[in-house]
Amino acid sequence: MSDPIILVENLSKCYKIGRQATQGDGLRHVLERAVRAPFAWMRPGQPEKHGKTEDFWAVRDVSMEIKQGEMMGVIGRNGAGKSTLLKLLSRITEPTSGKIRLRGRVASLLEVGTGFHPELTGRENIFLNGAILGMSRVEIKRKFDEITAFAEIDKFLDTPVKRYSSGMYVRLAFAVAAHLEPEILIVDEVLAVGDAEFQKKCLGKMEDVSSKEGRTVILVSHQMTAIQNLCTRCILMDRGQLMMEGKTDDVVNAYMYKGAELAMSGLSDRSDRSGEGQVRITSIDLRDPSGSIIAEAIAGCDVVVSLAFSVKPGVVLNDCIVCVEVAKDLKTYFALSSALADTKKLQLSNDGRIDFMIRSWPLSGGTYHVNIYVESDLVTQDFLNDASVIEVIDGDFYGSGKLVHTGWQGTSVLVKHSWDLVQS
Amino acid sequence: MTEIIIEAGKAERQYWKDLWRYRELFYFLAWRDILVRYKQTVIGIAWAVIRPLLTMLVLTFVFGKLAGMDSGDIPYPLVVFCGMLPWNFFATAFSESGNSLVSNAGMISKVYFPRLVVPVSSVITSFVDFLISAVLMAFIMIYYKFMPGGNVLFLPLFVVLAFATAFGSGLWISALMVRYRDFRYIVPFVVQFGLYLSPVAFKSSVVPDEWRLLYSLNPMVGVIDGFRWSILGEQNIYWPGLAISVVGVFFLIVSGIWYFRKTEKTFADVI
Repeated sequence: MSDPIILVENLSKCYKIGRQATQGDGLRHVLERAVRAPFAWMRPGQPEKHGKTEDFWAVRDVSMEIKQGEMMGVIGRNGAGKSTLLKLLSRITEPTSGKIRLRGRVASLLEVGTGFHPELTGRENIFLNGAILGMSRVEIKRKFDEITAFAEIDKFLDTPVKRYSSGMYVRLAFAVAAHLEPEILIVDEVLAVGDAEFQKKCLGKMEDVSSKEGRTVILVSHQMTAIQNLCTRCILMDRGQLMMEGKTDDVVNAYMYKGAELAMSGLSDRSDRSGEGQVRITSIDLRDPSGSIIAEAIAGCDVVVSLAFSVKPGVVLNDCIVCVEVAKDLKTYFALSSALADTKKLQLSNDGRIDFMIRSWPLSGGTYHVNIYVESDLVTQDFLNDASVIEVIDGDFYGSGKLVHTGWQGTSVLVKHSWDLVQS
Repeated sequence: MTEIIIEAGKAERQYWKDLWRYRELFYFLAWRDILVRYKQTVIGIAWAVIRPLLTMLVLTFVFGKLAGMDSGDIPYPLVVFCGMLPWNFFATAFSESGNSLVSNAGMISKVYFPRLVVPVSSVITSFVDFLISAVLMAFIMIYYKFMPGGNVLFLPLFVVLAFATAFGSGLWISALMVRYRDFRYIVPFVVQFGLYLSPVAFKSSVVPDEWRLLYSLNPMVGVIDGFRWSILGEQNIYWPGLAISVVGVFFLIVSGIWYFRKTEKTFADVI
């Protein structure tokens, strides 16, 4: 039992980024290279000189051990390397260096409903999906009733899944995966979809899998409550590296604190700001509606953007306007303004905080920049570009149980909508 | 308990064991493709019969009637269908497996399984079509009151050769397609030209003797000749050509597996 079921040693994964995808690697270039140096491929010792590629280490030098029956949480910001780590562990992609030793069958659930075919019926998809996830036909047959019961779709078993509601789709997909019997189960962020009740059911199922059946579970989630409820141990990833490993509460606290600290760091010391300076924004952080600091905004959740300010002693500023601009790549996605949101006058003195409440955070996952602007009596008091960053996580914005489409992440403002088909 | 060790650049020892463990996936993917293919069509599986039948009529008309090619005492449609049977199998297997990895990109970037399963099950799917066409062929033979001779016992060997050709080229094309989408344009081209470069609508005996050996470099020549020889039985096998085909196919498979295995691990990164 004391032997680790997963042993990771100095694991790294490097991606080449830059022009490689568009140039240098296309068929034309390969042929060109082949013509110029026909026997180059026989000399593997000399790497070819690519154009301008840059190494990007998605995972760097990660070592860890996971024991059998343990439920391990993985947390970190967007792009911290969590998903890449899971892909390496589940053998989807090959490490650049390092070693992984797995003792047992691995099943990974990186996406709900992988391999589902919309034209096939629920019944057919259960078999197909089960086979893709590594179950044998006998195994699926044995568990079939359990799966349909869990998904609550008995009535629609013979309907093509393209006619399913999104909730049914997610339920069915999770049900198949939840009934896998691997020694190691790897789960990525699948709990972000589905309604609250079903999420609860899934969490319960995962707990059973680990505590009752003695399986090892690795779980990536941005929902700290889920991580805290389920996992005993947790690792924190940052920029591809393993920053911290330990008891879940400690790691989660450190992560939250770090997120908050990062937002606050040095805002008072910034010299690239302009304005009269009788008032300064001293920190910007994100909070949930109850007031506790959060590290990330989740699309669709209520978020408070909180600005702490400090006014010079004895000064009272009348007719103030405080603006926050949320931007990315020089493009403003939305702006908050104290003058537009309300007609009441804003007067600033001493130190304090302005909390902007945003109902249902409307941006898809990514990193955004915050620009701030404060004026009083038409005089600019404080103006600072890139005052802070906001990390946004994709979430169930539309309430449909689905995340935004691939490719929309970080590029799209989300707007609640519905649609009707009108046919003549 | 099985132990898996993942290390950079090292071939996994348990790859073939894994392939065996996932053997049912061959079946399931082929089953899915067959199920899906005729969903929401009105006449469904009948398409598998109509398409080859119409092609046969057109080719018979063009080559048999217009070009006036000779087929001895055997009805020309039988000669054509005998060539189309393996050719259509190869052509669909080639184009389907070519697209197979790319169209299953979602699965490949999210789940582990031996990727070899994907193109191979495309070949299996096409093989099912081949079997349907074979039944059709039997009916056409009954219609023309044609009785195959003893050579027909060797037919399974040529079916295996056809399958091997499709398998080998399918491995190459599917792996190449992942990285170079150029092949999306090359595949239809190969299929279209191949129909005329292979002895589908005519007998390979019309090729001048001094060119036969070179002509046999196209592995489908050996396959189609073999089909004609074992079903229709009138033509002698051109042994040097067949030998070249067999060696060529063997090389195609070995190199195909080598290239596929070599590139397989990066599929998830580049697809």
